[in-house]
Amino acid sequence: MSEIPAGLRYARSHEWARREEDGTVTVGITAYAQEALGDVVFVEHPEVGSALGRSDEAGVVESVKAASDIYAPVSGTVIATNESLEDSPELVNQDPYGDGWFFRIDPDDIAELDMLMDADAYARFLESEQH
Amino acid sequence: MTEPATTDSATTDSATTDSALRRTALYAQHAAAGARLVPFAGWEMPLHYGSQLNEHHAVRGGAGMFDVSHMAIIDLAGDGCRAFLKRLVANDVDRLTAPGKALYGVMLNEAGGVIDDLIVYRRATGYRVVSNAGTRARVLDWLAAQNREGVAIAERDLAMIAVQGPEALAKFESVTGSREAAALAPFNAAEHDGWMVARTGYTGEDGVEVMLPGPDAVRLWQDLAGAGVAPIGLGARDTLRLEAGLNLYGQDMDETTSPLVAGLGWTIAWAPAGREFVGRPALEALRASGVGERLTGLVMEARGVLRHGQTVRTPVGTGVITSGIFSPTLGYSIALARVPKAARGACEVEIRGKWHPARIVKPPFVRKGSKVFE
Repeated sequence: MSEIPAGLRYARSHEWARREEDGTVTVGITAYAQEALGDVVFVEHPEVGSALGRSDEAGVVESVKAASDIYAPVSGTVIATNESLEDSPELVNQDPYGDGWFFRIDPDDIAELDMLMDADAYARFLESEQH
Repeated sequence: MTEPATTDSATTDSATTDSALRRTALYAQHAAAGARLVPFAGWEMPLHYGSQLNEHHAVRGGAGMFDVSHMAIIDLAGDGCRAFLKRLVANDVDRLTAPGKALYGVMLNEAGGVIDDLIVYRRATGYRVVSNAGTRARVLDWLAAQNREGVAIAERDLAMIAVQGPEALAKFESVTGSREAAALAPFNAAEHDGWMVARTGYTGEDGVEVMLPGPDAVRLWQDLAGAGVAPIGLGARDTLRLEAGLNLYGQDMDETTSPLVAGLGWTIAWAPAGREFVGRPALEALRASGVGERLTGLVMEARGVLRHGQTVRTPVGTGVITSGIFSPTLGYSIALARVPKAARGACEVEIRGKWHPARIVKPPFVRKGSKVFE
């Protein structure tokens, strides 16, 4: 079973979202997602300053296997992207919940986080996906 | 994230149900090494053992071993087998002037389409054919249906391990205690004790492919692992072969593709003109009417990955990518593509609705660890 940290929120499209102390939301892809993709070779970020709606396309992750769209788990304005992925895309595989984060959003409505799954629900969702 | 698509991948076969999957003699080794096992051409095979990129680099920089036991090993015996192969293989097995010599070639249907690509080895008595796992049933049926020469055709239940990389021969020698591999010229093989050791491969590196009984294969695999040879999955096998400019059956060519548009014209033995191999009339008709396309290489040094099925736009018409990858050795994307014959130089590739600049080059891309195209 892939690692699913408690305290994060999860989308059905396999992004995680973490509420930071300053009220912003950090977004990445889950351990399950990076395992399914295999080695990540490129990440295409959303532009800093762009406004994203919930479930909008927010970038692309290219792995040795396939290209996959990344979706915004909550609506808001992109305030930062993880530029170290430019030279070290392998961070997504090595540390998907830490150094492999993708971008940070200033959310329009923090309550949207509650529409995502918690760790237990995501674990059950993965189990149902595999059957 | 969208679910990774499997349709554009050479390494999975979603049409096969898990219950029917076959396992090689080395399955337990793969499982114990933590392999990600996936369905491939009816077999449960290792995709990678943790990192496909690391495995790729291990082969280019040292030595790696591949379980290729899923491939079909077919022995042909009897007085008619030379005539049989001269008729069924578009390359000419008369080029195998002595036992131990090997030849790459294609088997064609009447329309000149590629039934399979294969290696033919001449043995002390008869021949051995090694063909693809995905075409096993088709090839065996075709051989049986074409057998007018009374050839004894027997698929062998042997394992097969490829050891590839600049250190492959030294590592193989260190665990077998035999100098036989280094003594072989490229595309030559030696047989003893039920083993066939061939100086062949699918990576653009030096190395051997060893056909041997399953229990021997388990011992050899363990001994090589003990000597520091890395296990390599099908993912890296695909990126290594593409860097080496080698075709993959089912992706770069199939029964609807002429070898003349698949970069395999060099494997057709036109002389002697009187050798009536299957598909020859169709190939000659195509050659006379003019071959409009060719298989060539593409590179895209900007960010992004070329993949199977993407459209290529050139000043003289459009083409299609047949295989595309991120090249771990080069650090950017490369591909094989079928394009209009006159296309040269700059082109564009459509990736998710946008056109990206790319460049037509002559494959291979990498040989013996280094970039080789202009």
